[in-house]
Amino acid sequence: MSDTPRSDAAVAGDAALSPPPIVRIRNLSKHYVRGDQAVPVLTDITLDIPEGDFLALMGPSGSGKSTLLNLIAGIDKPSGGELTVGGLNIAQLSEAELADWRAANIGFIFQFYNLMPVLTAFENVELPLMLTDLSRSDRRERVELALSLVGLADRMKHYPNELSGGQQQRVAIARAIITDPTLIVADEPTGDLDKKSAADVLALLQQLNREMGKTIIMVTHDPGAVRAARHVTHLEKGELLGTEVVSGE
Amino acid sequence: MNLPLHYIARNLWTRRLTTALTAGGMALVVFVFAAVLMLDAGLRRTLVGTGSEDNAILLRQGVQTEIQSGVSRDQAALIESQPTVARNAKAEPMVSKEIVVLIGAPKKGDNKPQNVVVRGLGEVGIALRPQVKLIEGRWFAPGASEIVVGKGVHAGFEGMDVGGSTRFAGRDWRIVGVFDGGASAFDSEAWGDVEQLGQAFRRIGYSSVIARLAERSDFARLKASVESDVRLKLDVKVEPLFYEEQSKALSQFLSILGIALSLIFSLGAVIGAAITMYAAVSNRIGEIGTLRALGFRRAAILWAFLLESVLLALLGGVAGLAAASFLQLFTVSTMNFTSFSQLSFGFHLTPGIATQAMVFAAVMGVVGGFLPSLRAARMEIVDALRAG
Ligand SMILES: Nc1ncnc2c1ncn2[C@@H]1O[C@H](COP(=O)(O)OP(=O)(O)O)[C@@H](O)[C@H]1O
Ligand SMILES: [Mg+2]
Repeated sequence: MSDTPRSDAAVAGDAALSPPPIVRIRNLSKHYVRGDQAVPVLTDITLDIPEGDFLALMGPSGSGKSTLLNLIAGIDKPSGGELTVGGLNIAQLSEAELADWRAANIGFIFQFYNLMPVLTAFENVELPLMLTDLSRSDRRERVELALSLVGLADRMKHYPNELSGGQQQRVAIARAIITDPTLIVADEPTGDLDKKSAADVLALLQQLNREMGKTIIMVTHDPGAVRAARHVTHLEKGELLGTEVVSGE
Repeated sequence: MNLPLHYIARNLWTRRLTTALTAGGMALVVFVFAAVLMLDAGLRRTLVGTGSEDNAILLRQGVQTEIQSGVSRDQAALIESQPTVARNAKAEPMVSKEIVVLIGAPKKGDNKPQNVVVRGLGEVGIALRPQVKLIEGRWFAPGASEIVVGKGVHAGFEGMDVGGSTRFAGRDWRIVGVFDGGASAFDSEAWGDVEQLGQAFRRIGYSSVIARLAERSDFARLKASVESDVRLKLDVKVEPLFYEEQSKALSQFLSILGIALSLIFSLGAVIGAAITMYAAVSNRIGEIGTLRALGFRRAAILWAFLLESVLLALLGGVAGLAAASFLQLFTVSTMNFTSFSQLSFGFHLTPGIATQAMVFAAVMGVVGGFLPSLRAARMEIVDALRAG
């Protein structure tokens, strides 16, 4: 249903008319320097992610999934190749510009939620808005909306250690969408959750994608999690094996 | 700075034991720092409060103290005839010719003899010090071997009570009263009749002459007149300046002592703060990575940890200052090396000292927190996220 615009473009069958991808990656490589040795992590990655996609990134441990995600999210620098997000070559930004860019364009979801333990659910969700010039009452309104969207309107004053893992991850999701980012990146968002909580979190991500048109990139090695996505791409030893459409919805 | 203040404050609260211990170290330093400054302020207040802008004091040229000074009867008479000197209702010049000597008296507690200033003066001399009030007994009678003691002497020395007597200069002196010097240096003196003390100590002249000015603005004329008269080889000063000079040596000693102690102690407190903040940074590496990923800049991280350290230090500062403020209940009695006599004075907390102490605490916080904060700010995001 919310698919419709993209299906229309596909029906038109004209690649030139389809919108430019939100993430465009060409021959991207990344290596870390350990001692005087360069350790290759990603080699020759080429990938387009269209706006509104929900892409699952799969692969064995150590294959470079997190590294690729971090590059796209602008918290790590590529060693070579091209990377544009929303039409912007983020590798060229200065560190401060990149920080501001992340604040405005990227929503982060981590495996271990990464909430500030000394802040309440409300304050955790509000945190990214401290980097905007929204008024206090505007911030409050937005945070309340985001928390009710993830079903935690009644837990606003709770601290992370007073919440279950699933609830914490939902707070983290509220934090990720609070600035209405271009892109949501999730690194094994269900990796630390029981089945039921994992299902809730995946349903929520799916809802964000289907109903609100959010572009999501999710690293996972849980085949069950992949079912929430639209596409899945496999990474092995730093190389991309190809993207498939997720079937059976 | 865009991380909310409650984020910083609650992190301190979360590890409150460490916070309390570290702030306690800071508090100790601030306590010592404030205590010494308060002592200095108390000393100044006591000595400066001893003098009045309306009075000029005349001493022999080149001497620092009344004990060392000598003014002859002829010189005193010349001062009485100065037109810039005030006169009372009976048209007598308001000039007090005084003798100042030291006696030894046993201190309460250890019975060790200490110097006490004995001042000989008359009715005019008492009138020139309106801050001095009799609180027990009566004033000494002219022509009698009687003394009235300041409340510091009454409290600090053996046998200085009304009805008792004390022996010096070959006579027994009856103690007939106690006066309150209004927190001035007079509290540490004993007063008696100038003629009786002169006879007992075989003094022909006086030690000092205090003159009430007709007008404050007359001081310059009095000074010019005294300095141009070859018979008057005297220095003339307004009283507050004279008493301030009296406190200089002791005050400098206290300041140097205070700064030295504070610096030594602060080294420990700063190292303590640095250790605490390094631990705080290590425990929150993942948080730092997360904040940076969310878009907080390195500078915001630096500020947050620096502010946390400063807040910690200010907590210590408030505690230290609060403890130091109780010192105002105590009085200290010490040797004033300028006059070689006992001087008692209190701790005095001023807004200036409170400010200095808090600034000192904040500086300790900045110094102790700087390297840990820098470490927090310099971490790479991916490394921090992996380590957390
Ligand atoms: N900061 C780093 N320094 C050195 N090696 C790293 C660093 N980050 C990742 N690596 C290495 O890169 C490889 C891929 O890591 P990662 O992207 O985390 O894999 P995945 O998320 O697929 O498990 C691993 O071998 C890892 O050790
Ligand atoms: Mg990973």
